[in-house]
Amino acid sequence: MRESTIMKIHYGTALASVALVAVHILMRLTMNYAESLEYENVLANYKFVPYAIMLELILILLSVHGFNGLRVILLELKQGRIYEKGVSYGCLAAMIGLIAYGSRTIIMTNMGMI
Amino acid sequence: MAQVSSISNKQTSPTSKLITLRISRFNPKHDKSSGFMEFSVPVEKWTTVLEAILEVKKHFDHSVAVRYSCRQATCGSCGMIINGKPRLACFTKISELNSDVVTVEPMNNFPIIRDLAVKFERLFDTHQKIKPYLIRDDTELESDQKEFLQSPEEVEQYIQFANCIKCGLCNSACPTMATDSSFVGPQALAQAYRYVADSRDKGKDSRLKIIDDSHGIWRCHFAGSCSQVCPKGVDPAMGIQLLRGYMLGFRS
Repeated sequence: MRESTIMKIHYGTALASVALVAVHILMRLTMNYAESLEYENVLANYKFVPYAIMLELILILLSVHGFNGLRVILLELKQGRIYEKGVSYGCLAAMIGLIAYGSRTIIMTNMGMI
Repeated sequence: MAQVSSISNKQTSPTSKLITLRISRFNPKHDKSSGFMEFSVPVEKWTTVLEAILEVKKHFDHSVAVRYSCRQATCGSCGMIINGKPRLACFTKISELNSDVVTVEPMNNFPIIRDLAVKFERLFDTHQKIKPYLIRDDTELESDQKEFLQSPEEVEQYIQFANCIKCGLCNSACPTMATDSSFVGPQALAQAYRYVADSRDKGKDSRLKIIDDSHGIWRCHFAGSCSQVCPKGVDPAMGIQLLRGYMLGFRS
């Protein structure tokens, strides 16, 4: 994939994350802040499907943006063909791993398994 | 390595004042680390840093290595770090520095040949890489029968970037250049913009392809140091941002 395509994704995920995290924070204001963080209320968020979808989107957007950011930092830190390939594929694998584990948590909570 | 040498009062004029010139000395063949040698040099209001260095070479130590040629900020040979900032030695008056101690060091982000002279291979390689010439498919340039006229507005798009003298000060000031040994650098990127923005040029796609890699244009973090140090008033940081406009589809 060309670097410009990756960076377009990077900027896009940043903007989308800001928008969705803003919605996420605003949802805390629908009730008392401390109350919104109580165990049952947090679980209720996951069980409400549209909200769970939004959480899943935030997870994907932040993971893609964050791990690409990490890749960029590591590429600037050190150079070398093997190192750069390792960093790129390592970040991709870590991103997929984080999304998979986070998705598992969201799905299990949504289905009442937690 | 510190050494203090001075010219006797008999040799100085009544209007001159003595300053301390600290010159970084390093020979990669013999030295493990660099050190400074200090010289007391008489300077006038108009004395440049290069003239002070040449005074040292003439009277104290002819082995000080420094690269220079035109002495009028045109050739781009005498770039160095003067009191912590990349500048051209021939274009920097000592009186403008407002200090009685002037420290000169080789440019950052360039391998040192000796003392103040550095290797320019990387700069020239990256400059060459971005194809710094007009690219056209037709042969009209050779036939000598037609001019490629430009309006003043079209010239305005790129003309400041044509003032680059390849002195390397922008690359020396760039923080990304310090860590990323494969980064194209602000000089080459600004030159890429110079040709992409030229209405006579048809090589935009090939140039954008060259700089669109993992150590290309996207590694610029817009620190802006390159634009601050350019002695010719070129603004590489702006050129890079305008070039990004082409990459992102905001400009065509």
